[in-house]
Amino acid sequence: MITTDILIIGAGPTGLFTVFEAGLLKLKCHLIDALPQPGGQCSEIYPKKPIYDIPAYPEILAGDLTHKLIEQTKQFEPGFTLGERAETIDKQEDGTFIVTTNKGTKHHAKIVAIAGGLGSFEPRKPLIPNIADFEDKGVEYIIKEPELYRDKKVVISGGGDSALDWAIFLSDVASEVTLIHRRNEFRGALDSVEKVQELKNLGKIRMITPAEVKGIVGTDKVTGVAVEKKGEDAFIIDTDHFIPLFGLSPKLGPIANWGLEIEKNAIKVNNALDYQTNIPGIYAIGDVNTYPGKLKLILCGFHEATLMCQSAYKRIFPNKKYVMKYTTVGGVDGFDGTRKEAPKAVVKAIE
Amino acid sequence: MQDINIKITDRNGVTHDVVAPTDMAMNLMEVVRSYELAEEGTIGICGGMAMCASCQCYVNSDHELPEMTDDEDAMLAEAFNVEDNSRLGCQIQMTPEMEGLEVTLAPEI
Repeated sequence: MITTDILIIGAGPTGLFTVFEAGLLKLKCHLIDALPQPGGQCSEIYPKKPIYDIPAYPEILAGDLTHKLIEQTKQFEPGFTLGERAETIDKQEDGTFIVTTNKGTKHHAKIVAIAGGLGSFEPRKPLIPNIADFEDKGVEYIIKEPELYRDKKVVISGGGDSALDWAIFLSDVASEVTLIHRRNEFRGALDSVEKVQELKNLGKIRMITPAEVKGIVGTDKVTGVAVEKKGEDAFIIDTDHFIPLFGLSPKLGPIANWGLEIEKNAIKVNNALDYQTNIPGIYAIGDVNTYPGKLKLILCGFHEATLMCQSAYKRIFPNKKYVMKYTTVGGVDGFDGTRKEAPKAVVKAIE
Repeated sequence: MQDINIKITDRNGVTHDVVAPTDMAMNLMEVVRSYELAEEGTIGICGGMAMCASCQCYVNSDHELPEMTDDEDAMLAEAFNVEDNSRLGCQIQMTPEMEGLEVTLAPEI
């Protein structure tokens, strides 16, 4: 079991900055994120896009902002559970929480801060009526174990990089690979498009375009897919696996079932006070929360993280006196033994 | 400064006559949000970077629209419910040339 003072769900800019603000109060943090690296949307979706409204940075790339935030948190030695999604939460009798991920990792924390941004990024599922019946029974949205497809028939649908890349990879593994796309054009890296063309010419990839998978055939597991090709009658292709690859879409995910008050896909908080949710001890900060006048800006996430940490401190230490200090005055004591402080002025006697 | 008049059919099939400013660097997705024609959290999720297709709309009038960028084209290649007249609202800037534009919001995914 991982134990910490504040468990932060979401390792985007707001979650990362929470580590720093909590560190100033000597509170330890641990972060959970469904993505394999910290940084959230900034590092996953638009690392090369410039941001212009971070104070003191006339312009900074989203990826660079992430790097600087990680650098700023290092002195407070945060823990990370990456590539796992916070699944369940159990409040203990003493008011603390146990959060378990989809992979079974358990975290025990005095405070939970949800900084989940737009939510966890989940595969975009095509609109096929019976697709849910075949999930993990031949329908996979993410390829986790390529060997699963060894000597099997595979149908991939989609027109982006992942559809192209996996079609190329599986052409050496599966007995038959069919790539189905709604358009004749593929929007992927030129190399990948050319490689797929080459494999098609060699008969190692069968392409059906412009076409869409409209149904899944099978009883206990997938045995085929129903395909509609423009200008032709619908037909069935026999297959063992159907892999729709249409990118990722943000979803609030299991957090939506934690008993939190949700409004318009965001978590309601008390912004007049401390960004606490309707469950005492659980806070929501950054893009994931909502309140009158809410602005979804990184800047606002930083502010919310700061106020939330002050409230968390009072909740953990109700009898301790604390006065907010400026870092220019109090310096920064890292958990790693480092100390940063402003140079003291040298006073010399005037003779 | 010039306001333009556009028609937006929402996801319930209701058509709204909307006045949009052309001097605020707004795009169609932002106009939809400002008039609350789609539920918050269901449109413009990525903030307008052509990365989520939540603002997909069907252009019903024959306006000359800005050319599709690679990002928009790539997003529409992976999106659902895409028709020949599909565009991303976040990529359509409100300019005087958009006067009389008529669009229908694509279904929510």
